[in-house]
Amino acid sequence: MMRFKIDFPLFIGLAILCIVSLLILWSAGGESSRLLFSQSVRMGVAVIVMLAIAQVRPATLFRAAPILFGLGMIMLILVLVVGYTGKGAQRWLNLGFMRFQPSELMKIAVPMMVAWVLTRKSLPPSTFNLVLAAAVLAAPAALILQQPDLGTTILIVMSGGLIIFLAGLAWKFIAILAASMTIAIPLAYSFLLHPYQQQRIQTLFDPWADPLGAGYHIIQSMIAIGSGGAQGKGWMDGSQSQLEFIPERHTDFIFSVFAEEHGFIGFLFLLLLYLLITGRGLYIAYYTKDTFSRLVAGSFSMTFFFYVFVNIGMVSGMLPVVGVPLPLISYGGTSMVTLMASFGILMSIHHHRSLMSR
Amino acid sequence: MANENIELKDYLRETNLIHARLIALVVLLGVLGVVLMGRIWYLQIVSHQRFEVLSKDNRVRLVPVAPVRGQIFDRKGKVLAENIPVFTLEIVPENVKNMGQLLDDIAKLIELTPNEISKFRGLVRARPDFQAQVLKVNLSEEEVARFLVNKHRFPGAEVQPRLQRNYPYGGEMAHVLGYVARINQQDLERVDTQAYKGTQYIGRLGIEAKYEDQLLGQVGFEQVETNAHGQRVRRLDLNPPVSGHDIHLNIDVDLQVKAREYLEGRRGSVIAIEPKTGGVLAFVSNPVYDTNEFVNGIGHRSYNALRDDVDRPLLNRALNGRYAPGSTIKGLVSLAGLENGWNRNTSITCPGYYKLGGSSHRYRCWKRSGHGPMSMIESIMHSCDIYYYQLANWMGIDKLQAYLRKFGLGQQTGIDLIGEPSALMPSRDWKRRVHGQPWYPGETLITGIGQGFTLTTPIQLGAMIATIANRGKRIEPRLVNHLKQSGETNLIPPRNELPIVDAQSENFDQIIEAMRAVVEHPRGTARRSGLNAEYSIAGKTGTAQVVSIPQGEEYDESKLTEFQKDHALFVSFAPVEDPKIAVAVIVENGGSGSGVAAPVARKVMDFYLLGKDANAIDSETLLSSSSGSQLDLEATGGAGQ
Repeated sequence: MMRFKIDFPLFIGLAILCIVSLLILWSAGGESSRLLFSQSVRMGVAVIVMLAIAQVRPATLFRAAPILFGLGMIMLILVLVVGYTGKGAQRWLNLGFMRFQPSELMKIAVPMMVAWVLTRKSLPPSTFNLVLAAAVLAAPAALILQQPDLGTTILIVMSGGLIIFLAGLAWKFIAILAASMTIAIPLAYSFLLHPYQQQRIQTLFDPWADPLGAGYHIIQSMIAIGSGGAQGKGWMDGSQSQLEFIPERHTDFIFSVFAEEHGFIGFLFLLLLYLLITGRGLYIAYYTKDTFSRLVAGSFSMTFFFYVFVNIGMVSGMLPVVGVPLPLISYGGTSMVTLMASFGILMSIHHHRSLMSR
Repeated sequence: MANENIELKDYLRETNLIHARLIALVVLLGVLGVVLMGRIWYLQIVSHQRFEVLSKDNRVRLVPVAPVRGQIFDRKGKVLAENIPVFTLEIVPENVKNMGQLLDDIAKLIELTPNEISKFRGLVRARPDFQAQVLKVNLSEEEVARFLVNKHRFPGAEVQPRLQRNYPYGGEMAHVLGYVARINQQDLERVDTQAYKGTQYIGRLGIEAKYEDQLLGQVGFEQVETNAHGQRVRRLDLNPPVSGHDIHLNIDVDLQVKAREYLEGRRGSVIAIEPKTGGVLAFVSNPVYDTNEFVNGIGHRSYNALRDDVDRPLLNRALNGRYAPGSTIKGLVSLAGLENGWNRNTSITCPGYYKLGGSSHRYRCWKRSGHGPMSMIESIMHSCDIYYYQLANWMGIDKLQAYLRKFGLGQQTGIDLIGEPSALMPSRDWKRRVHGQPWYPGETLITGIGQGFTLTTPIQLGAMIATIANRGKRIEPRLVNHLKQSGETNLIPPRNELPIVDAQSENFDQIIEAMRAVVEHPRGTARRSGLNAEYSIAGKTGTAQVVSIPQGEEYDESKLTEFQKDHALFVSFAPVEDPKIAVAVIVENGGSGSGVAAPVARKVMDFYLLGKDANAIDSETLLSSSSGSQLDLEATGGAGQ
């Protein structure tokens, strides 16, 4: 029985998001048809990837998890040794015909691998399995942090952590973890973070301390959002955005452009759209029968919303600027393909929601 | 059965567990959503007033400050490319209510050409409305005054002082310097746009393009407070720009100008190199074009006129022109022979033609009646073709082309310009690859006299003769001597070490003596150009065929059109004992190397070594000598001289 597998509620939600992305990009990118064209091409590629992955059975994905993870680890090590340096960070592998960012593959492979480790035995996990899962999560995270790419590291730790949480990590462990985090964070801040990352965090607490230096971008972004008001200044009429006050306004800071031009009403619409997509993903996780699929679907859905939260949080001056794009709206290719691939997996899981045979 | 029960129990437990956790996630999702909503609510609703005021009244903007482009000087410090202040009329479209009306009003005060208006309209369409666009450049002081008096009538229009690239020598340096032009869309996709913030020009060709990164400098930033209309109120802070490097060339611009003058308007190229340093003293390609016209965008009509000109002024002949070297390489072929074991005392009788065994084809000497018995030195002096047919045939193409390559023929010289071709030194492999044919013995013969497939560029010939002057020490020619920043930091562009041609010193003596005889011996082909020289000269003439003459026919200049006449070539250096200048001259369709190219080289050397300007001294002598060379019988002799 060959049927084309697609989940329409998810697909429609994503399609609306893509259209919104192109509209904002036209304004944020200075009416550049080149920018719009390449974004459309990327969306096309990403959608094709999503639909292709949707046709793969979850059982196959389960078997593929260790292979993808192993490949990803090899490439992460390679990238540190021979990788291509762009914008001061070493994230790319040059494959000759294209440049490839292995950390993007790991956004999918790490949660799948953690789920693979945990679901070989019944849940809740044994202590041994928990340690194993933590190791599987920590190794790639450490490598990506070396590149350095804090945003991706956070997202990967988040997605793997969500799997462990869903698998039934005891609440007392969670409490201990939370307690040790509060101790570890100041230590990590002083010893692990690069100076530029430290500065971002200092800026966060008091951007007005240095309004023309480190705080300049975040202040301009907050002014843009705040001056948008309830209704917004209108499409293409945001003076903060159009006068180039906002840095990277078509990539990481695209939300500031959107909020300035469309106001609180526009923001609510966008938030609702993101909540609906995430909610649909959690619904899929709830009603699927297979444990591995449940974990993966739950983690992917929630990670998607973490993107939104971290991005909007950082451009609105609530979180440090860590370089996380607004999912499916920011200009840029690789993260879009990864996200769409994870939605492809969600669609496949939903189609095979009855018990899978291994 | 029991096992299944346990599994089922486990599964139900897992389901309940994960469902509970998923519900916890939904709660978390709700919390995160509410947090975001609260934050944006705080910014957009609660603090809206404050941010609106900040956005409208107190805008702090980062305004890029363009660096000053580096200047270019010749070896004596004469300015070749500078930045001159000009007044430009600029308009911010956003602040204009009725653009058509405004342009009409301005046109009543300041003359606007249709070209300027259409270019401006194009810019306005392509760029954001809040950016100022240039309407007219180079306003006169009177125009500026007239505008300023009426300024209140033209909101949105401003007169701005700007720096504009200027080339004081106009076209003379066109093929060396290239030019800068306004940055266009293709440039923006290629360069780091951050580095070009505020900069309007980018190097297009020549030194301006090759050393773009050094000339550009570093953009600075100014933090300014602006009012609600985006106009500046005051400066808050300045991170000053860093000016680009000044470039000092090896070129002697006086020599450059004179060398082109000596070409007397004919198409061609003159290369002069200081052999010891590889410094390029003159790099002439004629005709030229005025690079100043390109700085602010040349009009379509003027550009098409240049492009369609039959003399092709846009072609950089010195760099990209490809010509058969003709007999100029006979000295090298002799050296190749000597190094490969040819006896220097070999004498050959020239009957005026040469036949390969088993073929009736006659390979002719340029002198139909033949030169009679020829020694090696005489063969160079008289430029006898038969000697070289026989020598090339004896050596074979493999050894011959390999040796010529050692002197850089058919290879890039490595001069500091973009787009240097390698031209062509043929070989068996090359012919099989490109033509799918084997190499024929006859092709070896004509390769031996610099004809056939062989193609060289003027700069290659210049580098070749400089290498002979250096007795085998090859050196990459360089237009740039050094770079300076803020008058201090010296930067000398690196040079690739080239292999030294390994040849016996007495063999070099032999061919240099022969090349000296070409100019100084009473029967040498370039004797007229050597008359009364105050220093010693070694040289070799060449006449390269443009069209092939069918077997059994004469080269008859009168039957050929202007563009079918032979190219005239001459390579030389002086003084022989301690070479200070090496010169290569190519005159397209000039006729004979001895009659047309050699006199140009002599005048260039006189000017450089003695400071004597042939054109200034005695115009009458010049007239008689040039008419004399046209009567030169050898000039009608055909290829090979």
